[in-house]
Amino acid sequence: MNNAKVTLENMNVHFGTNHAVKSVSLAFVENTVTAIIGPSGCGKSTLLRSINRMHDLVPSAKVTGKIMFDGSDLYDRSVDPVAIRRKIGMVFQKPNPFPAMNIYDNVVAGYKLNNRMKRSDSDEIVETSLKRVALWDEVKDRLRTSAMDLSGGQQQRLCIARTIAVQPEVILMDEPCSALDPIATLKIEELVEELKERYTIIIVTHNMQQAARVSDSTAFMYMGEMIESGPTKKIFTTPENKQTEDYITGRFG
Amino acid sequence: MQNLYLRHFKSYAATAFMLLATLIVLTPLCLIFVHILKMGFSSLSVDFFTQIPKPTGESGGGMANGLFGSALLILLASFLGLPIGVLGAVYLTEFGGGRLATAIRFSADVLAGIPSIITGMVAYTLLVLPMKGFSTLAGAVALSLIMIPIVLRTTEEQLKMVPGTLREASLALGVPLWRTSLKVILKSAGKGVVTGILLAIARVAGETAPLLFTALGNQFWSRKLTEPIAALPLQIFSFAIAPYEDWHKLAWAGALVLVVIMFGLNLGARLLGRQKKYS
Repeated sequence: MNNAKVTLENMNVHFGTNHAVKSVSLAFVENTVTAIIGPSGCGKSTLLRSINRMHDLVPSAKVTGKIMFDGSDLYDRSVDPVAIRRKIGMVFQKPNPFPAMNIYDNVVAGYKLNNRMKRSDSDEIVETSLKRVALWDEVKDRLRTSAMDLSGGQQQRLCIARTIAVQPEVILMDEPCSALDPIATLKIEELVEELKERYTIIIVTHNMQQAARVSDSTAFMYMGEMIESGPTKKIFTTPENKQTEDYITGRFG
Repeated sequence: MQNLYLRHFKSYAATAFMLLATLIVLTPLCLIFVHILKMGFSSLSVDFFTQIPKPTGESGGGMANGLFGSALLILLASFLGLPIGVLGAVYLTEFGGGRLATAIRFSADVLAGIPSIITGMVAYTLLVLPMKGFSTLAGAVALSLIMIPIVLRTTEEQLKMVPGTLREASLALGVPLWRTSLKVILKSAGKGVVTGILLAIARVAGETAPLLFTALGNQFWSRKLTEPIAALPLQIFSFAIAPYEDWHKLAWAGALVLVVIMFGLNLGARLLGRQKKYS
């Protein structure tokens, strides 16, 4: 595949004796949306979290194989996970704005917490980030109020704004709509469509319709293994694997 | 029907018993408060806050040096003890999962249970003996030893309540773990941590035993940290056991001021702790 931004090569994740992700190889193409689907506990979130090295904090977790990002191995000894996380952002299942910060500070949290903020450009960063997630008009008059007063959908869009404010190249989304109502979900999905022009997006979802709607490629995982991956249209219309077909047609999972 | 009356009777009896138990608990508190208020208020004057004790035989005087001494001791003790307690708690919640953490927790619990006079003796051995003299510094160290375990454990409890999703959110933005711990986790737990600190201060503000052979007490103003210093609880103690009537009065006034300070600190801690933090 051309323009692979992130490539997994024979990647395994172990938690102690639990083999959560089994020799997965997969390429994520630049400026596309890849959906990872599969039943609960199949290892999709685990796979996603190994891409920005969130497992580093779990002592029992061990990632083997290679994850190539722009041609270099993310798990190489010389790589600083903190620097990686600035390039590979993440949006979580439940909206998690910082409760002690107002809306404005939440957007620039990535700079503020690292003391990398210049006063002059923070206003601009806040405005462009919030506009990009279509939240600006809703909150521009109350930027200094608590982020906790926003609705769930607004909070999630704020979290996406916070992620893109640090100018990542890849955005990982871990079931970003599972805590949201259908209208808020629709807004996030539209947003994903737009964001892929600038970023490479990998989205884990439980919702197959969502995968079909937003993604260019789809990967189906089951019991830690990558069963099938390919263009979304093909996976959903003419899957090659029987298990994929059963899952997509709702026969299990 | 008979049965229903019996049940109602049982219900009322149980409620009445609980009310009685509550009253029994509250009675000593009220008695102490009312008595101290009665005895202390009449002896309280502006002099109490501005004057130092008069020599034996002269009437009047106050406990200004004791108030100042207590404030200085608490300030120094906080300066020494709070960073250790708070940062220790951050270590325990964020970085420590192994045996060392268990050992630290256990030692903190033991330290918190040690009678405060023993803590005073520790400070005496560590500082008073080598420095050949009672000092403000030794008193502050003794008090900080009492504060550390309280602050450590209350802060740890507060930090544990901060949702893990906030930690992840911060890390995912490329913020190093240590910055995340201090700026996100500790800040989110902020009010709860301050509550614990206030309670620790309230606890040591009234401590007398650890100061007996560290700060010692002083009839005059203390000029250096290496000199003995007056403290409110110490002054109350020495004035209360003295054979003079006006000294007793001063002791009552001191007791009133001390109780009001404690009451204020506890109330402040309660009010802060009551506000909700996470949704």
